[in-house]
Amino acid sequence: MKGMWWKLLGLLLVLFSLVYGMLGPVQRLPILNETIRVLYYHVPMWFSMVALMLTSLIYSLKALNTNKLSDDLYAFEAARTGFFLASIGLATGMVWARFTWGAFWVNDPKLNGTAVTMLIYLAYFVLRNSVEDPFKKIRLAGVYNIFAFVMMIVFIGILPRLTDSLHPGNGGNPGFNKYDLNSDMRPVFYSAVVGWILIGLWITNLRVRYKNLKEKHEQV
Amino acid sequence: MNKYKLALFFILIALSNASAQIPEVEMADALRENGKIYVVVVIIAIVFIGLAGYLINLDRKISKLEKKD
Repeated sequence: MKGMWWKLLGLLLVLFSLVYGMLGPVQRLPILNETIRVLYYHVPMWFSMVALMLTSLIYSLKALNTNKLSDDLYAFEAARTGFFLASIGLATGMVWARFTWGAFWVNDPKLNGTAVTMLIYLAYFVLRNSVEDPFKKIRLAGVYNIFAFVMMIVFIGILPRLTDSLHPGNGGNPGFNKYDLNSDMRPVFYSAVVGWILIGLWITNLRVRYKNLKEKHEQV
Repeated sequence: MNKYKLALFFILIALSNASAQIPEVEMADALRENGKIYVVVVIIAIVFIGLAGYLINLDRKISKLEKKD
């Protein structure tokens, strides 16, 4: 059980957000109504995606420094988990959009930016898997991953802020920016974000260990 | 006198309008009042705790395999 505490902490934080997210008081806002609770379940997916892509970037930089394939593997698996969480974020967002905006997909800068970001990371996966030589793999994948991270920040962090977005809290929409995310909702939201980041890191950790075991097994 | 009555009348209309315009936002209050929401929450919690236990178990199995190598 040693080294398990952060995994359990992640689980507890998410459990708290699941339970209290349904029961706790929320603001009564038009259009959003009860779907304001989606903040606790959908938005943490994106926060943890960004956290995992940042982890991936750090390990890519490390791999470029040390030339170790194990660091590069960690970068790859972190990006994979981030991509997985982004897919869940996209799916949950689409359901919510259908009932709030009337369509599964609208031309919102955040939606299109996310789609482009996911395509960029898909290209990263293809690129890394297509190179056999380990040293070339570390160089190419590492350098591309830096590019991918910068593009992600541009597409989901900067461009949506330059125009109006339909998302709550943007433009003139009812929602939760730092002024009106009230004190009832804030602790639940933050514990969901931290909890999901920890769980994302845990999934990455499991996959890396699985890949290492598999490689050992294949060598024997 | 009539002027004041008219003014009072308009003020009353303005007030009644103002109170009518406070938006009544629809929330799932009934679900909370009759307590059925707790059933849903308990079920969500059971599903998540089950998944969490499964994940922890999987983690320990991988740890055992790593020690064997």
